[in-house]
Amino acid sequence: MLNDVGFLALVIGFGLSVYASAAAAWGGWKGRSTWVASARNAACLVFPVLTVSVVALVAALLRLDFRLAYVADVSSQAMSPFLRVTALWGGQQGSILFWAWLMAGFVCAAVLRPWRDNRELLPWVIAVAMLTTAFFVGLSVFITNPFERYWLLPGAQDLTRALFAPRGAMPYVPSEGDGLNPLLRHFGMIAHPPTTYLGFTGFVIPFAFAIAALIARKGQEDGWIRATRRWTLVAWMFLSVGLILGGRWAYDVLGWGGFWGWDPVENAMLMPWLTGTAFLHSVMITEKRGMLKVWGMILIILTYSLSLFGTFITRTGVIGSVHAFAKSALGPAFFVFIGLTFLGSMSLLFRRLPDLRTEHELEGLLSRETAFLLQNLLFLAITFAVFWGTVFPMISELVTGTKITVGPPYFKQVTGPFFFALLVLMGLAPLLAWRRHGLRSLARTAAPLLVASLVLTAGWAYVHRLHPAAWAGLWLVSFASVAVLAEFGKGVQARMETRRETPALAFVRLVGRNRRRYGGYLVHLGVLMIALAFVGDAYFKQETQDTLRVGEQLAIGGYRLVFEDLRAYPGTDGREIVEAQASLYRGGKFLAALAPRRDYFVVQEQPVTVPAVYATLAEDVYVLLVGWEGTGYGSTTFKVYLNPFINWAWLGGGAIVLGVLLSVFPGSRAYAEASYRLRSRRLEGAETAGEST
Amino acid sequence: MRRLAWLWILLPLGLAAVAAVSAEAQEGGEFPTDNDVNAVARKLYCPVCPNTPLDVCATKACQDWRAQIRDELAAGWSEEEILDYFVAQYGERVLAEPQRRGFTSLVWILPVIAAAAGLAGVVAVVRGWKAPPKRAGPASGATATYPEVAPDVLARIEKELEKIA
Repeated sequence: MLNDVGFLALVIGFGLSVYASAAAAWGGWKGRSTWVASARNAACLVFPVLTVSVVALVAALLRLDFRLAYVADVSSQAMSPFLRVTALWGGQQGSILFWAWLMAGFVCAAVLRPWRDNRELLPWVIAVAMLTTAFFVGLSVFITNPFERYWLLPGAQDLTRALFAPRGAMPYVPSEGDGLNPLLRHFGMIAHPPTTYLGFTGFVIPFAFAIAALIARKGQEDGWIRATRRWTLVAWMFLSVGLILGGRWAYDVLGWGGFWGWDPVENAMLMPWLTGTAFLHSVMITEKRGMLKVWGMILIILTYSLSLFGTFITRTGVIGSVHAFAKSALGPAFFVFIGLTFLGSMSLLFRRLPDLRTEHELEGLLSRETAFLLQNLLFLAITFAVFWGTVFPMISELVTGTKITVGPPYFKQVTGPFFFALLVLMGLAPLLAWRRHGLRSLARTAAPLLVASLVLTAGWAYVHRLHPAAWAGLWLVSFASVAVLAEFGKGVQARMETRRETPALAFVRLVGRNRRRYGGYLVHLGVLMIALAFVGDAYFKQETQDTLRVGEQLAIGGYRLVFEDLRAYPGTDGREIVEAQASLYRGGKFLAALAPRRDYFVVQEQPVTVPAVYATLAEDVYVLLVGWEGTGYGSTTFKVYLNPFINWAWLGGGAIVLGVLLSVFPGSRAYAEASYRLRSRRLEGAETAGEST
Repeated sequence: MRRLAWLWILLPLGLAAVAAVSAEAQEGGEFPTDNDVNAVARKLYCPVCPNTPLDVCATKACQDWRAQIRDELAAGWSEEEILDYFVAQYGERVLAEPQRRGFTSLVWILPVIAAAAGLAGVVAVVRGWKAPPKRAGPASGATATYPEVAPDVLARIEKELEKIA
C-alpha cells in the first residue's frame, strides 16, 4: 500500500514538474502572470510530493519490505536501521530519486524566496529548473524506478524486474536481501553522496538564473549573479565537502594508503568543482567591474553540464566499460540530456552575445583582473586535462579498439605544473590592486612576503633535507599562506592604529565587517592546507611491506612496528574478522597499540581491509594487514605507509566550510555591498543609490 | 701449461664474484623483497579489477601476478622487461602511465596544446581590451573611466572650481 502511494507520488511529481516547466515558459513568453503564478505553485508542490515518495521508500527499507527489488538489492536483516536509511542512496534507483528530491528542494526554496527584484527572471528560472527536475524524476519513473518488483516468468531462469506483473509471471519475494555493499558502510560514504548531490544539484540555481537572464535579456545586469551568489557558494561548499569526504572514505576503506587516486569517479566530481571555482572568481570581476560577462555565462553552463556529466559517469559506469552504456536506457538518456543542455545553453548564449557588453576596458596588464583571467585559464586547463584523461580510455577503445589505462602518473604530471602556477597566483592576487598596479609597488609589497616564505622554506628544507624535490612545493604553500595571513595582519594593524582597538577586537571586527573578503581568505587557507597534504603525498610518502612472525618487527621512517598477535572472530553484521595486534614504537617509546583488520563479508563474498592508523598533525602511520598463514603464530604480512601532512586535508575541509559560512552569513547588507562594490553608481539602480560607506 | 695458467687467474675471479653476490644477497635479505615487487607492481594496473593498481589489489589473481613479478625479478629480469611482458600478455591497459607513442600520445599532447591555445586566447582578449575599439558605446565617456565619481559629485566639483576661479 505504502509502496503504491510512493510510486503514485513519483508519477504525480513528474507530471507537476513537466507542467511547471511548460506553464512557466508559456507565461514568460506570452507575459501572462497567471500562468507564471500557477507554474510557481506547481514547482513548489513537486518537493512535498517527492518527499512522500522518498518517505515511502525509506519506510520500505526500514521495514525490509523485500517485495521491492531495490530494498532486496541494498538492505538486509543484519543492517542497523541507520544503515537501512542510508541505503536510500546506496544503489542506482534510490540515488536517482534522492537526487531528484534534493533538486526539487533547492528549486522550491529558490522559488519561495522573496522576489522583490529580478521578477522578470522568475518564469524562466522555473522553466529551466523544473525541466531538469522533470528529467531526473522522469528517469526515476520510466528507467530506474525504485518501486519495481521481482517477477518469476514461467520457464525463465533469471528474475525479471518490472513495476507491473508481466503476463503469466509470479511475484517473487526474497526472504533476505543482499545488503548494502560493505565498502559503503563508512561515515564518509554515508555522508559523501548527500553532500555531493547537494553540490551538484545546488548549481542548478545559478544555472537556471543565468539562462533566465539570457532569455529575458537581463544578462547585461548583474542581478542574476547577486541573487545567486549565496546559492553558488553553498553548492560549491557542499561539493568541496563531498570531495573531501570521498577522499576520507578512500583513505579509511580502500586500503591503498592515499586519499586521491585520480579514479574516473573522483575526476567526474573534481571537474565541476574546478569550473565552479573559476565561476565563483570570474563573477567577482563581473560584479565589481562589469567585465567578463560572457565568460561567467560559459563557466556556469560548463559547471552545470559537468555536474550532469559527473552523475552520468558515476551512475552508468560508462568509463569502466563502453559496453555498460548500452545495457540500460539510462546512459543514452543522460547523454542526450547533457548534450541538449550544453548545446542549447551555448547557442542561446551565442544569440545573446550583443547583449553582454563589457562595461570597462582592462586598464593595466598588471592588475587583479589579469590575475583572475590567468587563474580562470589555469582552472580550465586543469579541467580539460582531467576531462581528457578521464574520457581517453573510452576514445581509445572506440578509435583503435585497444583498452588503455590513464592512471595517476598522467594526472600528476599534466596537472601538477598548473596547480603550482595557481598557488603562485593565490599568493600574488591579493597583493594586486583592481584596474592597474605598478611593477615596482608590487615588488615592494611582495618582497617581505617572499623573504618570509623563503625563511620558512629554509626551515622546512632543513627538516626534510632528504627530499629536495619537495622544497619547491613547500615554498609555494609557504608563500601563498604567508601572503594570505599578511592580509589578515595588515587589516588588523590598520584597525589597531586608526581606531586604537586591541588586536583581538580588531581581528573580530575586521573579519565581521568584511565577511565576504575574509571568509574568502579563510577558504584560501583551507585550500592551502589541502595543498600541503598533496605535497606530502607527492614527495614524502614512504611505504614498506614485510612478512613477520610474532615478536618480529619492521621499521619505517624512525618508527618500529612489533607484531604481537593474530586472531579471528565473527563480527556482528555478517562479517568474519581477522585482526592483528601490533605495537608501534618510536625510538624506545611505546606510542600505540594498532589493530589492522581484514573483514570478510560472507554474503557479499567481499573482503574489506580496515587500516589501523596512528595519526598526528605531522604524519600518519597507516598499517594494513595484507595476508597471513594461519592465525596465531604463523607469518603475517603487513604493509605500512607513512603519510605526512595528511590530516591537514581534513582540517582544510573544515576551514573551507567555516570560510564559506562566514561569507554567506547574512549581515548588514548595505555595509557589505558598499564596501565591496567598486562600480560606478550611475550604473546601479535606485535601490543602492542611497547607501554610503 | 699455458691454458692452465689462464685457469688460475679465472678461478679466483669467479669465486670472488660468487662471494660478492652471496654477500649482497645476505646484506639485503632475500632478493626480491615485498618492496621490490611492489615498486614494479605500482606501475601496473590489475588486469581484472577496474582502476586498481596491482600493488594494492587484494584479489587472488593479483596475488598470483605479484608472485609472478617476484619470480621474474628473482630470475634477473629488469623492471622494463617485466612491464613489457605484462603488456604483451594483457594489453596496454595494464600500464598505469599511458605510453607516449602512437595514438596514445594524444592523451599527453592535447592538454598542452589546449593550454597554449587558451593562453593565446587570453593574450588576444587582453590586447583587444588594451586597445579600446573605436566605437561610441554608451559605456564609454567620463563615468566609465572614473567609475567612483558620480555625475552629481562631478557637477559639484565643477561648481566649486568655478567659485574659486
